[in-house]
Amino acid sequence: MNAVPVSNPSARAPLLQAIGITKHYGTFLANDSIDLDLFAGEIHALLGENGAGKSTLVKSMYGLIQPSAGELRWMGEKLELTGPSDARAKGIAMVFQHFSLFDNLTVAENVALGLDGVESFGAMSARLAQVSRDYGLPLDPNREVWRLSVGERQRIEIVRALMQNPKLLILDEPTAVLTPQEADQLFTVLFRLKSEGRALLYISHKLDEVKRLCDTATILRGGKKISTCDPRQETAASLARMMVGAEIGEVKATSARATTVPRLLINDLSLEPDDPHGVYLKGISVEVKGGEILGIAGVAGNGQDELFSALSGERLAPREDNVIIDGHAAGHRSVTDRRKLGAAFVPEERLGHGTAPRMKLSENALLTGHAASHMVHRGFVDKPKTLETVDRTTKTFDVRKAKRDPEAVSLSGGNLQKFIVGREILREPGVLIVSQPTWGVDAGAAAVIRQALLDLSGRGSAVLVISQDLDELAEIADRIAVMFHGHLSAPMAAADSTREKLGLLMGGASPAEALAGVAKEASHAVGA
Amino acid sequence: MQLVLERRAERSTKIAILSPLLAIAFTLATMSLLFAILGKNPIMALYVYFIEPLTDSFTLMEIAVKATPLVMIAIGLSLCYLANVWNIGAEGQFIMGAVCGSYLAVVTNGTDAGPWVLPVMLVMGALGGALWAMIPAICKVRYGANEILTSLMLVYVADLIMDYLVRGPWRDPQGMNFPTTASFDPVATVPTLFETGRIHWGALVALIVVALATVMLGRTIKGFEIRVVGAAPRAARFAGFNSKRLVIFTFAVSGALAGLAGIIEVAGPVGVLQPGISPGYGFTAIIVAFLGRLNPVGILIAGLFLALTFIGGEGAQISMKIPLDLTKVFQGILLFYVLACDSLILYRIRLIASPKKASQGNVHGTA
Repeated sequence: MNAVPVSNPSARAPLLQAIGITKHYGTFLANDSIDLDLFAGEIHALLGENGAGKSTLVKSMYGLIQPSAGELRWMGEKLELTGPSDARAKGIAMVFQHFSLFDNLTVAENVALGLDGVESFGAMSARLAQVSRDYGLPLDPNREVWRLSVGERQRIEIVRALMQNPKLLILDEPTAVLTPQEADQLFTVLFRLKSEGRALLYISHKLDEVKRLCDTATILRGGKKISTCDPRQETAASLARMMVGAEIGEVKATSARATTVPRLLINDLSLEPDDPHGVYLKGISVEVKGGEILGIAGVAGNGQDELFSALSGERLAPREDNVIIDGHAAGHRSVTDRRKLGAAFVPEERLGHGTAPRMKLSENALLTGHAASHMVHRGFVDKPKTLETVDRTTKTFDVRKAKRDPEAVSLSGGNLQKFIVGREILREPGVLIVSQPTWGVDAGAAAVIRQALLDLSGRGSAVLVISQDLDELAEIADRIAVMFHGHLSAPMAAADSTREKLGLLMGGASPAEALAGVAKEASHAVGA
Repeated sequence: MQLVLERRAERSTKIAILSPLLAIAFTLATMSLLFAILGKNPIMALYVYFIEPLTDSFTLMEIAVKATPLVMIAIGLSLCYLANVWNIGAEGQFIMGAVCGSYLAVVTNGTDAGPWVLPVMLVMGALGGALWAMIPAICKVRYGANEILTSLMLVYVADLIMDYLVRGPWRDPQGMNFPTTASFDPVATVPTLFETGRIHWGALVALIVVALATVMLGRTIKGFEIRVVGAAPRAARFAGFNSKRLVIFTFAVSGALAGLAGIIEVAGPVGVLQPGISPGYGFTAIIVAFLGRLNPVGILIAGLFLALTFIGGEGAQISMKIPLDLTKVFQGILLFYVLACDSLILYRIRLIASPKKASQGNVHGTA
């Protein structure tokens, strides 16, 4: 107990100490004897690729799972958590990446559902308003959740956690859904929490954020702790190397990108949402030329899903000429007919939308391949052909899996995404529409996928990428447009689109305002 | 100690095969208990139910006769259930198939109509069942009506239509006022396979249906479509499959198969149209479909097994005075256990030491 970890020169005792945390799932070792010390008044980053064991480790700390071996110590005493309520009672709170909110309930009702206390609803509401005001996280307790933006929804989760007055706050990729400006606001709150003497455990794979925000970083890879370091002393490249265990190749455009005729045209597309909480698409017009990648940025829930279904044909457009694929008016055509025109689609959700989770990869190859890949002869499925597609995808895109033809759900996120993107790209589509191509995917797989998109456009295809990740768009897109409340801004050349400009557009500023806003910030900077 | 259900990484193929057997074992145990409560010797009762019918060629053939409609209906239902379409009204489609096919038998009765009568009757039976199934299908697709309710309620409508016909316009004038049509002419009767026994050509039709369903589900794009729509509706829409059209398709096929089973039953073993042509085949087939894992070959085996319970139940009533209703109790319990055991395909049961107790123990230990 008296042994002070060598990595920590100060003699302060850690608030939470993890010693040799190990977790088996069957024969799979998700956490392999991990040590971690969290100190009050410190923001500690937990870095690692998907599948590195970050979630497993945090779940042990929040009482969601019991480690197979090792122990946790809370202020020096052995800590055994039987569940999250146990953890909350100790002063450990967590903000999850996926919100657990009921859309039809109000903010206060949602918060009440997540608290353990016996406080009256009125008192709780008042405290909610108080806490949200104190921390500069404005929330109206009586508003229904479905009316709120994603950033506001996250505020609910954070305020809910803060209302428990936690000593340790765990945040799982909190900026994944925020605009750059919203992320900045969040960082202000996090710095304040730190100054109040709370410990923060910040899970992320955005390295620049970690460098800006965190005092200490622990890097996991393959279930093992690789290192604990001071991220401010490291470069983004050195951190990435520790995370991935190898250099990540820079993606590059393959050939001179012949920007020729438009292969995808969206003409004044307006569409009512099919569910009451959806977004109206309002007069969207844009064209994507052959050899070009058009990026669509925007905070989730601003009509990207609706746009994707209107382009894929899962929902039909009001007018035949709203969507034109390679010169063919396709607004009223089915998904299958659009595929026959040479279009291909990669939706955001890997499981349940892009694939049937409990079906084999060969069947999932058939899912989109039955339309135009000669996998079906007179109604009969050519099974060897579907398997061959799996093999080719596996080889070309380095899909790692336990056997030749496993169920989709058994693949890791990155490998499944490589399969889904690969399955479409191998068909050499003339038009590819892809939503969040590297969402929740490890850095290695993300590089493979981005390179594949660049190569495809290099071969003359039109590629439309809907993404929340501005770094990704900056890396691959030629032009970028921003979606806000169902409107699409005019695309601008990627070279001209700074994070600030895009961020303002993502927050709803008009293009002119966005420019003015940037100019103002610039003049401030000059003045300062 | 504490029992928990833990999700498996992949579905267990072993358990998928074992689960129905496990369910049968649990059912037999429960039945033994019931027999004991009724004051009957459980071993004896189980023997009469499940073994005795297998020892005699007559009862063996009767099992095949009973299994024929069960298997045909269950195959159709399995297509619905795989596609997440809940047709509960096969009993009604069975009856309407019997009624529509019987129409021809009734109007040609006593005339010198040729051997074309039976084939046309079969087609009419299948069409009748399919059309009856179209009512809940269209209500679901057009108006969003719940097909479980509509298809189930139409069973009683079909039953009453048949009742009206055999008591009214179609009643046999020589029938001493019994509610039944005249016995069908030989040209309107499904021939038996052998000189003795009631086993008929319908049994072969059922086998053909099993074979066709196996090919369709395993090898064709239509079979794939059915499975995807059921397993992952959003992925199915993304694949370009139209789930509404599939509701119509699966209802039509299952209705047609139930209707065909209905007309084969009245034109075969029964020989007339009368109330009580079905001892609940349409409902028992639901159990057959699930016990057979919604797999055509599995359904064939499950159909034979449940036919055995019908025959065994009759035997037990005669020789041991066990009420015939116990057969239905048996079938209900069986479905219950099948569905329960199915959760083991995706989950495993684990016995874990309760961490609460462990931690309390520690607290006491250190205090």
